[in-house]
Amino acid sequence: MEKKRKSVSYAKWGYVFILPFFLCYFIFSLIPLADTIRYSFFEYYRSGIKEIGPTFIGMENYVSLLKSDMFKYGANTLILWVIGFIPQIAVALLLAVWFTDVRLKIRAKQFFKVVIYLPNLIMASAFAMLFFTMFSANGPVNSILLSLGIIQEKVDFLGSVWGTRSLVGLMNFLMWFGNTTIMLMAAIMGISPDVFEAAEIDGCSGFKRFFYIILPLIRPILTYTLITSIIGGLQMFDVPQILTNGQGSPDRTSMTLIMFLNSHLKSKNYGMAGSLSVYLFIVSGLLCLLVYKITNDNDADGSKAAAKKKAKEERRRRK
Amino acid sequence: MKKKLIAVLLTASMFAGILAGCGSSTADGGAASTEEGKVINIYSWNNEFQQRVEAVYSEVAETSSDGTVTKLKDGTEIHWIINPNQDGVYQQKLDEALMNQGSAAADDKVDIFLSETDYVYKYTDAEADVAMPLTDLGIDPETDLADQYDFTKTTASDAEGVQRGSTWQCCPGLLVYRRDIAMDVFGTDDPAAVGEKVKDWDTMKATAAELKAKGYYTFASYADTFRLYGNSIEESWVTPGETVIKVDQKIMDWVNDSKEWLDAGYLDKTVKGQWNDDWNKAMGSESKVFAFLFPAWGIDFTLKPNWDGGDGVWAVTNPPQEYNWGGSYVHACTGTDNPEHVKEIILAVTANKDNLMKMSKDYAEFTNTTSGMQKAAGNDAFSSEFLGGENPFTYFAPVAENIKIAPLSSYDQGCVELIQNSFSDYLQGNVDYEKAKVNFETAIIERYPDITEVQWPE
Amino acid sequence: MKSKNPSALRSMMAHLVLIMLSFMCLFFFYILIINATRSHADLQKGFSALPGKFFLTNLKNVANDGTFPMFRGIINSLIVSGSSAAICTYFSSLTAYGLYAYNFKLKKVAFTFIMAILVMPTQVTAMGFLRLVTNMGMYDSLLPLIIPSVASPAVFYFMYSYLQSSLPLSLVEAARIDGCREFRIFNQIVIPIMKPAIAVQAIFTFVGAWNNYFVPALVIQSKDKMTVPILIATLRGADYMNFDSAKIYMMITVAIVPIIIIYLLLSKYIIAGVTLGGVKE
Repeated sequence: MEKKRKSVSYAKWGYVFILPFFLCYFIFSLIPLADTIRYSFFEYYRSGIKEIGPTFIGMENYVSLLKSDMFKYGANTLILWVIGFIPQIAVALLLAVWFTDVRLKIRAKQFFKVVIYLPNLIMASAFAMLFFTMFSANGPVNSILLSLGIIQEKVDFLGSVWGTRSLVGLMNFLMWFGNTTIMLMAAIMGISPDVFEAAEIDGCSGFKRFFYIILPLIRPILTYTLITSIIGGLQMFDVPQILTNGQGSPDRTSMTLIMFLNSHLKSKNYGMAGSLSVYLFIVSGLLCLLVYKITNDNDADGSKAAAKKKAKEERRRRK
Repeated sequence: MKKKLIAVLLTASMFAGILAGCGSSTADGGAASTEEGKVINIYSWNNEFQQRVEAVYSEVAETSSDGTVTKLKDGTEIHWIINPNQDGVYQQKLDEALMNQGSAAADDKVDIFLSETDYVYKYTDAEADVAMPLTDLGIDPETDLADQYDFTKTTASDAEGVQRGSTWQCCPGLLVYRRDIAMDVFGTDDPAAVGEKVKDWDTMKATAAELKAKGYYTFASYADTFRLYGNSIEESWVTPGETVIKVDQKIMDWVNDSKEWLDAGYLDKTVKGQWNDDWNKAMGSESKVFAFLFPAWGIDFTLKPNWDGGDGVWAVTNPPQEYNWGGSYVHACTGTDNPEHVKEIILAVTANKDNLMKMSKDYAEFTNTTSGMQKAAGNDAFSSEFLGGENPFTYFAPVAENIKIAPLSSYDQGCVELIQNSFSDYLQGNVDYEKAKVNFETAIIERYPDITEVQWPE
Repeated sequence: MKSKNPSALRSMMAHLVLIMLSFMCLFFFYILIINATRSHADLQKGFSALPGKFFLTNLKNVANDGTFPMFRGIINSLIVSGSSAAICTYFSSLTAYGLYAYNFKLKKVAFTFIMAILVMPTQVTAMGFLRLVTNMGMYDSLLPLIIPSVASPAVFYFMYSYLQSSLPLSLVEAARIDGCREFRIFNQIVIPIMKPAIAVQAIFTFVGAWNNYFVPALVIQSKDKMTVPILIATLRGADYMNFDSAKIYMMITVAIVPIIIIYLLLSKYIIAGVTLGGVKE
């Protein structure tokens, strides 16, 4: 009897402990979100310093967005993300395997790990600015390549569609491959050494070892990386914004969704920005669902479910 | 929060000490400024205006070491609120402040703000009513500003012709060229002789071919010539009261000529627009670029820092077409609580001939005084060391008198910026002509949601 | 052992690739720092691999620019990043503990909710956020940059995973039997256990807040409250009065050096920390 009363009073503590989080979230995220959604149904912007609206116009903002190049920007975002992500995951896998392969005897492991993680810490905007000057037609990269005789005339990196896109991809790659490497390394090191030993006895070669043992066993982490990277990709802004001066040039082929949103925010078009935000919110919502599904289902060995069950039972017992 | 409170208390007590009275409205001192607010807030995008005020406004006592507060002799403080132009931050912050002007506490009200030619109309618009008519301040443009160049007065006026701002600078542009290249190609570097070679667009084109034959570019980028065309449009981008953008034939001429020049190799293909690293480098000694189109400030603040050789290599001559580039307009903000000070500052900085001449001398600026500049044109004291002893005012003055300012609208800044961006892609061969038009239409509606149509010339 | 030769070859290749990648990572920093030591006129002449002699001049130019309070900016950034890191980790741990150690009706709902908002882009609510902050009278203050970090779903998730792996509930039970109050249990027993996770997340939050440009650019207005990224943007402004690319390089250098120092000092923990939560299970 007494125990039961106690547990009720503990439940109260649960609410107390999570209250600050929810209060803060409610005020600083939900209210703004509601505000954003509300204005998405209004015509509301500034012309010069005159405020136009708010006038209720129903779904008009949504419709005109569908007619705009929004999908093209969505595709740009996807392309930019893919260009960065594929080398990122490939290199990260390779490095992770190398780092964990004792036979390779990599020297100065700690040094390499420190160095490859370094770009991740730098302000994306500062990094993009640096790239902008370095890859300009008369910048250091061109002059180095010229003096080495690798190219015959100046390459206009930022003047071509794929040049710009590749640079954005390269930056995203540089910023994230270290992080991914370290994550994957931890995952590989988490694989029981017995598995590798057994494989070696069976005469498993390096490639087989990689494709049949490592890859399947680190799948959950690969998915985790994939998902977090997709989400990060959806929010891509700083790098292309600064590299192309907000224009997504040439021909708006490097314009991402958030840059598109930003250009509406800049012109104080609350209505249009609001409805674009709602679209983005829906897309991220779907992605969330995906994350949630994957983190819950992707339980290959059932250990997570078992742990959960155990914890549940334990709690029940304590009651 | 606490910090803020302390700061407020500190400032309050400071005022109390200075004025021997409380900081509120009761006037018990004998000073002329007692009915005025204690703080003059000035919005700008750099410290240029601040330098001018400190240099010529006689009431200035001292400026704090961080440069954010200037104290006047009567104890009033000027607070400098400086936001960068980059990404439109300046206008964003200014607009925010202007919209709150009505409800702001007296000492937080905007008293003076600055604008540039590209967007001056946004603020002088009578309907917006954020820039006070000068007559309301007690300044009569007819008499007090009689010596100013007419086009600057037109620029600072609303559609009805009511002047709502004033400037100390006048930015007639010239052609600045490399003497060594002129010597090499034309056999002479004499400004008058070179002036003949660039006197209009047709002659200019022939000259460009000559330069090209010797391996030189005439200008760095197609953006360099934009202002000459953009200044001479017949009709404003948007007729007041309408929501239709009318692209002028002159703008399309710029596109077509630029394409022709670029294809002919008269412009450096690798320089894309202005204010970037490549453009800066085009002003260096290694560059093959013959000339730039600059007003006075451009020579002093842009060309000079980018030039890595000695003095006397550059010279100025007349441009192929008169143009104006830049100009910072000073506006008294509607609702100011310091009208007397504001009036004094505007008069001291933009109308007092002695002050203006001092600025011309100290900052090599072409200032807004017709008679003064005529005098400077014939006075060797105004010659420039950087230009090898040439007196640029000789060339500036006639340009300034012939400038006809293009009709303005409050959409100018976006139009000018976006049309250049959209057609950059075309000039660089990334999109075709029609696609560039479409891209402009998309971008301009994003920037100005109220635009309903874009009309292109036939 | 038989495969010694191919292995040596592979090892060489691995080292080669690693050196190349490290070169790519470091090259940019190298250029940045080299450029920060050269004058604008030097930079005009083109790229050079050797440092110049203008390091101090540039530093002085940046430091003494009145329109550009660099030190003030660094202090502001330290305040914002430091307090964000502190309150973010504390409250995330608190929330994680609340959801982990207690059973209550809305527990599952709360957890699902946090997971659902994990990926919401901040930009989506930026507009409403600005209006809210203005209405609350917090426009142009550092508070809106700090307080919202109380609710950081990602940090929460990290803390939650960490708790799952390292806090046996029996410990809490035992403490209760000893008569400890709930808050005391959290502050004196749980927090020490979570130290490694807190340290790691504190560093990440710090770095994130230090590098954040989007929100401060919306909220901050006056010069004496600007953080480092806004100052950099200010300097980058295409304004002929600020025409000194050496200064820009110097400013970026100044902005990232504190982060790099912190990183090098703590690199062991950071690298260990990347994998600490979430992934471990």
